[in-house]
Amino acid sequence: MRLFKIRGGVHPDDRKSLAADRAIEDLPLPPLLHIPLQQHIGATAKPSVRRGERVAKGQLLADSQGAISAPVHAPTSGRVVGVGSYPAHHASGLNVSTISLQPDGEDRWAEDMEGVGDPFGLTPEEVARRVSQAGIVGMGGATFPSAVKLNLRQRYELHSLVINAAECEPYLTCDDRLMCEHAEQVIDGVRIMAHALGVSRILIGIEGNKPEAIAAMRAAASSAGPATRSPGAEPATIDVVRLPTRYPMGSEKHLVQTLTGKETPARGLTADLGVVVHNPATAFAVHEALRFGRPLVSRVMTVSGQAIERPANLRVPLGTPLQRLIDHCGGFREPPSRLISGGPMMGQPMPSTRVPTVKGSNGLLALSETETNRAEPRPCIRCASCVDACPCGLLPLEMAAHARAGDLEGVVSLGLMDCIGCGSCAYVCPAHIPLAQVFNYAKGEMAARGRAKQKQAETKRLAEQRTERMEAIKKAKREQMAKRKREAAAKKAADAAKAAKATPAATPTVTQGQAAPAQEAAPADESRQMPAKAAIQPEQSDAGEQPAKQPGEQAA
Amino acid sequence: MSANSTTAAPHAHAPVSVQRTMRLVMLALLPATLFGLWQFGWPALLLFVVTVAAAMAAEAASLAVAGKPARPYLADGSALLTGWLLALTLPPWAPWWIGVVGAVIAIVVAKQVFGGIGQNLFNPAMVARVALLISFPLEMTSFVTPAPLFSGAAPGLLEGAAITFGAMPVPDAMTGATLLGEVRTELGEGATLSQVLPSLFDPLESGLGTIGGSLGETSALLLLLGGLFLLYKRVITWRIPVALLGSLAAMATLMHLLDPQHYAGPVYHLLSGSTLIAAFFIATDPVTSPVSARGQLLFGAGVGLLIYVIRTWAGYPEGVAFAVLLMNACTPLIDHWVKPRIYGRDRRGEPLDYTSTEPRR
Repeated sequence: MRLFKIRGGVHPDDRKSLAADRAIEDLPLPPLLHIPLQQHIGATAKPSVRRGERVAKGQLLADSQGAISAPVHAPTSGRVVGVGSYPAHHASGLNVSTISLQPDGEDRWAEDMEGVGDPFGLTPEEVARRVSQAGIVGMGGATFPSAVKLNLRQRYELHSLVINAAECEPYLTCDDRLMCEHAEQVIDGVRIMAHALGVSRILIGIEGNKPEAIAAMRAAASSAGPATRSPGAEPATIDVVRLPTRYPMGSEKHLVQTLTGKETPARGLTADLGVVVHNPATAFAVHEALRFGRPLVSRVMTVSGQAIERPANLRVPLGTPLQRLIDHCGGFREPPSRLISGGPMMGQPMPSTRVPTVKGSNGLLALSETETNRAEPRPCIRCASCVDACPCGLLPLEMAAHARAGDLEGVVSLGLMDCIGCGSCAYVCPAHIPLAQVFNYAKGEMAARGRAKQKQAETKRLAEQRTERMEAIKKAKREQMAKRKREAAAKKAADAAKAAKATPAATPTVTQGQAAPAQEAAPADESRQMPAKAAIQPEQSDAGEQPAKQPGEQAA
Repeated sequence: MSANSTTAAPHAHAPVSVQRTMRLVMLALLPATLFGLWQFGWPALLLFVVTVAAAMAAEAASLAVAGKPARPYLADGSALLTGWLLALTLPPWAPWWIGVVGAVIAIVVAKQVFGGIGQNLFNPAMVARVALLISFPLEMTSFVTPAPLFSGAAPGLLEGAAITFGAMPVPDAMTGATLLGEVRTELGEGATLSQVLPSLFDPLESGLGTIGGSLGETSALLLLLGGLFLLYKRVITWRIPVALLGSLAAMATLMHLLDPQHYAGPVYHLLSGSTLIAAFFIATDPVTSPVSARGQLLFGAGVGLLIYVIRTWAGYPEGVAFAVLLMNACTPLIDHWVKPRIYGRDRRGEPLDYTSTEPRR
């Protein structure tokens, strides 16, 4: 198959040999699981169990909230010992809503778990619904709810499903192992997803450094077609494609470009090109969910790095504290320089080994000092290594210079929002300038400014509304007052006239008659001033007129 | 661990550093430098040492004035390399103070005044060379014929020291013009190339470098090898050298075809003077050249074109330094107007539109 060239990229030492030949092991259940309620992009799931409740494996712990969200299920059977908060699987280590579960050791599946004999007989909506109910999210690390992506056919004309099995991050081998050991299940999941998407073509992209996985997937793809399928529809063709080994090949848009030659428009989705991208581990989870009715409660993770005694690929129940993984792998060979969740290029440093594993964690790396090759930043020598490495055609050195000068608008105009944060620029920088960190800061700061701006605008709007309201009330009161006075005056005049008719002593009536017009003159003056003011400030004239109506309405 | 927990991705780094870059460039310069030192003997060696030492001293003094730590900046090797490159472009038997004045101009005026490493607009070695050429035309154009170390004609260490430190004038028997200078003079006197070139220009000698010229610029072959080493090590990219040599060769070919009697061919231009050291070591200076691929092509082509124009029609026999400085001045402009296309956008920065056309390249 013809592949297309993408710009930039780097060739980091992939270090996959540390764990590539280690078969997937099941990690024993820990004494306590901490299951965060937000392991996905979107709204936090809402707890549906109470403290003390006994749950079976796969039972719903917390249900999804809103269109973009995902439910969370019990990774094993046991007792809910806490519905509260616990440190997050995040660099900040801040507490997040978490359900703590004490396993009972039986690891008993809930009884209502039921698969579908023929997933291809289901409607696409039904497949997506089941995927959504199983709590499946993008397992490459992005953790976007998969069902939302399966439903993209409702808004886009789709023709291809791309499976992103590039696994371009160094060290990580979990997708590699999964494809080697469970190729048939992965292919089945891929076919089910293709059915849900209604696409005619499946492209499975695997980097050339995983020959075993490529062979296994090719064999699985050619051996078994879908047992049955919706009548009339041709089964999707499957191509297992050997990709060049280059980081960031696994960047969704770059992978699609490599395979199809088409470049996703800025701010767009690959769906704009008719392509949806999913991860092989996600496909495996879809297979489990559709065939057996099992929700996503465990995943394969790579534990690696030079500081780890025995690198391994582990099937880990979600919510297992990281320390359990490290212990299982024989502990640290040396104190690690860094502990990272994910790959070394884009992974997050972990604040502690207490934090739980989540749906998006594909690796736990304990890196030694020599592996990180850290050095103090030096002045930029404009060598343009970063420009050549950037897969997005940006000028990282210029962006960093603007960011350093505090000119964030300048950074944005240079294309900050087109940066995918792959870190290639920082990786190659001979001056060791933390470019990726600078851009992440700039992105965060711009988001914060955006929020602040929105808040300010909202505050201003509310304040203006309040002023208008107050003005309207005041005006209404004044008018009411004037009206009452007029009425009172008119009444008095009428009374006086009546009295005058009754008793022809005219003196008091005259004084009152003079007083009444004088009082009436005051509001009249004001109303004369109003248009003059409005003429000077046309913007306020609308505001001035609007409340004028309201009292009328209120009065009516 | 907790101390490092705030460090952000990427958590791996390519085995590169500023120091390594400078070291590789010096390594690449080494063959041509050793050849030059051997060929021009003790005076050249002394001038080289004095120039490099003066550059380091000037850097240290500037850092002290600026209040910056001396050690990390001196250790990065940039001042050493600047002094080294400057020395290679000087007449090999020039007096010591030429090297010192040149080094001070390069480091203080051309580099540190702008803010030090990475901040200078112009190539420091070329600024110094041009300043010296204009200020001291006599010393800067007094070249010698090669007299390899330990050969009969070569001065000994003491004699060499006397030449470099001004106690003894350069013996008349040793002086000689450079190829570019001599051909230019002859042409100016009405001769044609077919009369003068056969006796003056031997492509083999120019290629190997056994001719008179600047200290480290004579051997086209060794400079080319050094350049290829830098390409192999990915310290430089092919764009500037290829564009520079290409445009120079294209201009020379074109003019030679139009009038072979007055315009020398491409081989003459590629092998003579500072062409190769400029193509691989001077014009490729990252600080003063553009950052985008197309910008670098434009820059290299501009330098090549200007070299030809200055050599052929301007007042100096060699135009490399001027050409590089003129294009250095254009670098900010090139960087402003020539940028890579951002992924998913067309050249104007608008998102690609698939509904109307195919992606613009």
